[in-house]
Amino acid sequence: MPPILEVSGLSYSYHTISGETKALSDISFQVETGEFIAIVGPSGCGKSTLLSLISGLLPPEEGSILINGVPLSKSQCRIGYMLQSDQLFEWRTIIQNAALGLEIQKKMDHAAGDRLHRLLKTYGLEQFEHSHPSELSGGMRQRAALIRTLALEPELLLLDEPFSALDYQTRLTVCDDISTIIRESRKTAILITHDLSEAVSAADRILVLTKRPGTICRILPVTFPPSTNRPLERRNDPAFSLYFNEIWKTLQGEGAEKKYEM
Amino acid sequence: MKCKKESPAQKAYLRRQLYRRRLVLFCRIFLFVFFLICWEMSARLGLIDAFIFSSPSRTVRCFLRMMQDKSILVHTGVTLYETLISFTLVVLCGLIGAVLLWSSRNLSEILEPYLVMLNSLPKSALAPILIVWLGSNIRTIIVASISVAVFGSILTLHNGFSSMDPDQIKLIRSLGGNRIHILTKVLLPGSIPLILANMKVNIGLCLVGVIIGEFLAAKQGLGYLIIYGSQVFQMDMVVMSIILLCIMSAALYQVVGILGKFLQQQYHQH
Repeated sequence: MPPILEVSGLSYSYHTISGETKALSDISFQVETGEFIAIVGPSGCGKSTLLSLISGLLPPEEGSILINGVPLSKSQCRIGYMLQSDQLFEWRTIIQNAALGLEIQKKMDHAAGDRLHRLLKTYGLEQFEHSHPSELSGGMRQRAALIRTLALEPELLLLDEPFSALDYQTRLTVCDDISTIIRESRKTAILITHDLSEAVSAADRILVLTKRPGTICRILPVTFPPSTNRPLERRNDPAFSLYFNEIWKTLQGEGAEKKYEM
Repeated sequence: MKCKKESPAQKAYLRRQLYRRRLVLFCRIFLFVFFLICWEMSARLGLIDAFIFSSPSRTVRCFLRMMQDKSILVHTGVTLYETLISFTLVVLCGLIGAVLLWSSRNLSEILEPYLVMLNSLPKSALAPILIVWLGSNIRTIIVASISVAVFGSILTLHNGFSSMDPDQIKLIRSLGGNRIHILTKVLLPGSIPLILANMKVNIGLCLVGVIIGEFLAAKQGLGYLIIYGSQVFQMDMVVMSIILLCIMSAALYQVVGILGKFLQQQYHQH
């Protein structure tokens, strides 16, 4: 069986009249079904561009993206994309916001409605169904945004720094919540973050990208004993700091090299 | 009132606020009455020539006289009718035009200089041409009125549309939506405050356009009365028409404001 996602030789540049900026260069990796991948790297290394390419919002310039062995443009695979800020619309209630994707894809029926209610109940937003986004806390808003994404039952979930807008405490709990939700529903997920500890606490494998143009400088598998596999538990495991230091050194080494080049 | 038992400090604060509100209201009314009295007195004492400057009592008498043969109702009604028609058309054309410009970047870049030029062109300059082309009738007046408001309306709305958050577009696209969805799910509901603000500006501009039109091409309407009155030296009629215009413009603005509040409550709850 082919991997759910296979990226090979992917490159992308942004073009303006005054010149081009190479954002990604020769990116290749694979993701197996059910895996949780984290992508870390310095800001401006093309992380978000990579997600936009995988989700099909941008066409690749070079290289290919295969989903279940089929080119992305022909693939029927449902891909969910969770943006950095929650983007809940103030003119819609929480349940209307969560139903936005279903509405656009004309999939809003009884079964979908029931599923939506179940999701809202599971993630503790039941009594806020008819509230407007401004009445919710940052963590609740982020959960509502996740429900909006999950309502379409994506097979592959793309998360673009979904916790970066939250304060530190909420961030730890929401990260714990959301990665547990994703693990328990056996979704394949790609998380983009600049927070190394977040990557170590959530992922099965970590892709380290270099500065612009982004290339993969390391793929680091992360394994914790199953008894301590929740993000908050991982943070207490002695192996946590080993992984953290490993990525830190990789990124630092990368930075130093670049400095000498200049 | 959330708090049932008010503290003395809160009571004092409420009293101060009430006092302030009453003071403002009193001063507003006083200013109006004072102005009327000064005007009337100086006309009666011969400080100003009532034949040229009119006076409140003469204006009221003129109004009552024209009420008897209902002619003032016809003139006011005609102006109101023309204003409402051109306002509706401006709002529709403005929205459609702005959506068209938003939907095609090429179109908006091609048309932009022309729109800017047409917007800053003094529209009264067009009026004589319109009379020749369309005749001395209501069509000319409505076209003149639309021309005053529509270009600014398109530009303002288009500006608002193109400054929307790109992440909101990205969200709709990531949920599998196309441009129609971006328009109906984000652009229009998100732009309601902008559209309402634009409508408030437009109602005033439409009235300006209607009066310009009536000055030149009308046999009825308040604009016609103003021109006719000044030509036959009936300043009472002119002043009365201006006062009626003041009342009408304030009332129309209020109506649009109330309509807007209603719409905003339907779509936005803040």
